[in-house]
Amino acid sequence: MSQHLSKTNKLKEFLHLLLSHPMGFFGVIIITIFFIMAIFAPFLGTVDPAASGEVDNLLMPPSSQFWFGTDDLARDIWSQTIYGSRISLTIGFVAALITVFSGTFIGLIAGYYGKFLDEVLMRIVDFFMMLPELPLMIVLAAVLGPSMWNIILVVSLVSWPTTARVVRSQVLSLKERPFVESSRCIGASNFQLMFAEILPNVVPLMFAQAVLMITEAIYAEAVLSFLGLGDPISISWGMMLHSVFESGVISESYWWVIPPIVSIVTLIVSFSLLGTAVSDVLEPGYKEKKGY
Amino acid sequence: MALIDVENLKLYFMTRRGPAKAVDNIGFSIEKKKTLGLIGESGCGKTTTAMSLMKFIKPPGKIVGGSIRFLGKDIVPMADEEIRQLRGKEISIVRQEAQNALNPVLTIGKQITEMILEHESVSRETALARAKKQLNLVGISDQRINSYPHEFSGGMKQRAMAAIATACNPKFLILDEPTTGLDVVVQRQILVMLRNLKEELSLTAVFISHDLSVVAETCDRVAVMYAGKIMEESDTVSLYQNPLHPYSKALIGAYPSLKGARRQLKSIPGAPPSLIDPPPGCRFAPRCEWAQSVCDEEPAINVIEGRRVACHFVNE
Amino acid sequence: MGLKRFFLRKVVAAALTIAVIVCANFFIFRMAPGDPVRMMFRDPRVSEGSLELMKQKFGLDKPLSGQFVAYVKNLAQGDLGISFSQQKPVLEVLAERIPNTLLLVVTALIIAVVLGVILGALAGWLSGTKLDTFILTASVAMYSIPTFALGIILLLVFAYLIPIFPLGGISTPASGYEGFELIRDVGWHMFLPAFSIVIWYIGEYVILTRSSMIEVMGQEYITTAQAKGLRKHTILKNHALRNAMLPVITITGVNLAFAAAGVIEAETVFAWPGVGRLAYDAVSQRDYPLLQGVFMLFAFAIVLANLVIDLIYGYIDPRIKVGE
Repeated sequence: MSQHLSKTNKLKEFLHLLLSHPMGFFGVIIITIFFIMAIFAPFLGTVDPAASGEVDNLLMPPSSQFWFGTDDLARDIWSQTIYGSRISLTIGFVAALITVFSGTFIGLIAGYYGKFLDEVLMRIVDFFMMLPELPLMIVLAAVLGPSMWNIILVVSLVSWPTTARVVRSQVLSLKERPFVESSRCIGASNFQLMFAEILPNVVPLMFAQAVLMITEAIYAEAVLSFLGLGDPISISWGMMLHSVFESGVISESYWWVIPPIVSIVTLIVSFSLLGTAVSDVLEPGYKEKKGY
Repeated sequence: MALIDVENLKLYFMTRRGPAKAVDNIGFSIEKKKTLGLIGESGCGKTTTAMSLMKFIKPPGKIVGGSIRFLGKDIVPMADEEIRQLRGKEISIVRQEAQNALNPVLTIGKQITEMILEHESVSRETALARAKKQLNLVGISDQRINSYPHEFSGGMKQRAMAAIATACNPKFLILDEPTTGLDVVVQRQILVMLRNLKEELSLTAVFISHDLSVVAETCDRVAVMYAGKIMEESDTVSLYQNPLHPYSKALIGAYPSLKGARRQLKSIPGAPPSLIDPPPGCRFAPRCEWAQSVCDEEPAINVIEGRRVACHFVNE
Repeated sequence: MGLKRFFLRKVVAAALTIAVIVCANFFIFRMAPGDPVRMMFRDPRVSEGSLELMKQKFGLDKPLSGQFVAYVKNLAQGDLGISFSQQKPVLEVLAERIPNTLLLVVTALIIAVVLGVILGALAGWLSGTKLDTFILTASVAMYSIPTFALGIILLLVFAYLIPIFPLGGISTPASGYEGFELIRDVGWHMFLPAFSIVIWYIGEYVILTRSSMIEVMGQEYITTAQAKGLRKHTILKNHALRNAMLPVITITGVNLAFAAAGVIEAETVFAWPGVGRLAYDAVSQRDYPLLQGVFMLFAFAIVLANLVIDLIYGYIDPRIKVGE
């Protein structure tokens, strides 16, 4: 009972510290706004973003009917902007989830078992880390074909090695700590040691990595879509930019360019600030430094 | 005139919960060519005191009162630039062996000559020649002048530190636990080296340690510190043979002896007090066998045959 | 360990990585759905006879292992296939574009690294002050903005809205500029794309140098230096900076992968005719041989650059030079 209580308290404390951090505060606010945008999309005065409209309404600047104007297929840009948040956030979170879980799992077993398994896994990790990320993602996305799941897959494939390495380092140092030794002495199995003892201590790191990965994933989706590798069915902000670039009317349609650009930059910068805040707060001694 | 004269020194650490009185109204003096030992438990304020002799105070620490006179001149009100010129040249320090006390990317020679060239206007050649002499003085071959710190063993690093510290012939040397963490054999070598240095260069020194035996060997006088205050100060022999203050008695009593009858080791029960909210009066009272109600008042410093003791019950 | 063994180890590792890249490249592209022959030679005007010849040359009539052998053989001879969208051998296309990219990247990186390191060292040295917080926050923001987004914003504002800079390309077409005028023209075209890349890089280097500096300043040898009575500026130069630079050099190698991303994005937005832009062109044309070539070029370049940086580092850090 007291164990459970202290965990909730720790969480509360963490959130409190995070929100007191200026970057953390700002990041959380903005991200929440985007979340609201995504969840309440159908209620925010939107229409189907992919529905092409009347020929008369091609490339119209903002008006009372089309709050953000229309694109070259007479589609409502306001709707595209709102629904775009769903795509970015979904891809961000799902890819981050896959990356963090697979990366943590690999890092955990590599760090814990060591020796041959560790060598082999780390060679694979090293290899992946040697390859330039964006060119690799471009190649994989081109070869696999444009779809939302392929983007998620590609991003996860390219990002898991970093998490694996980071988790492995921590596992290596945790492995030698007294609390693990004592559990081993009273006969805990490998499985128990890994998942019941070591893993809980890795959770803060996993969280920090998750925020980092979400930032990466949203950025990756935006770039890949911009380069033309995105899902043509779901109109993400990156795809919008791709379309406006391809259409060649960039100079005459500021209303088409500005919403996706502002959205992408704001969301990514917010996650980045949140990530910095999280890693600051999780730094040992942060609480004390701030005078608590 | 004493070389070092500390009077009513107060050094507090300003924390959010209030000032931690790490050094609370202490005073002592060190005569020329003498060595004062400063002993006590961890956290009693001895290192803080030692570092303050060079005005090395890490924030949130602050000197809030008292004076530290070096050759008669008070260093407490000195500006940064003034004290910087004293450091290394007049007052120097050899600290506890730390893995990274020496810059890993500069040669030992460079680290010595750098200091000489900073404080004295000599040519590079002269500085280099002197650097080599310094190495010899501490027992390192001058062939190693272009070696890097990572090529030295722990004991050699300490010697190198001593070579650097004494390169400008300082008048006063602060030795802050210079042998802690080294194995006994190396410890002996370092102590021998320090003794040679002191004789060669006519050094005055303060030797901080929690190792009573090392202090017994190297110091002329010893001050015993506890919770930021000096409990007893006397010449070494008298202190060890006949400690007067209850804390000194307990400290020296806790030390096992190689000779003499075997006896039960006595440890001092309890723990040192909080420095933010210390007990009123004598700070050792809560752990003292002989404590009585009068100990709630600050004990006066009684002087007995050249020894100073801060205890109500020690006066004759 | 000595310098020689260190060098040898690094060279062997680099060679192995290149070998693995070559293999991976082969297998990734075999994953693509569809007929590999048609994939490589999309141009419908190519006759059946020529197709047969190409098939043989690239070993496509043989099983996978045969194809792989043919692939490696061709690679060793510098044959990366034909780019059908450019109607030229891939190698030729790459060779044409490399100088343009190098010009852009090297300029941007030098500016970014110099400025980033200076600002980062300053921020670290003055850690905790208002200036430090300002530099840090600005850097986090700069580092998070995607390069292509920044590029588009710059393009809109400074090429369309306030037309100071050109809309793209490397030089004004058909201008006939020579010598100094040409340099000025190219510089003018290069400003915005370089700026986009520089911003990200400065942010990264400031953060990196700053944390390295902060870590170094917490080290014992800085206290020793102060105890020696050295001047602040001597301590900064000989003790703090020299040590803080070491991790920065190491990370530079790792960061090159991000330089690749920045280059691809900036060149695409500003239509700068370099290898980054080629990636975009190859994707839109589904020109797989070209894409393959671009990928390998980037991967190789980064491995080689990393090798050079590792060797430089080995020479600078006395712990490696003199051996532990």
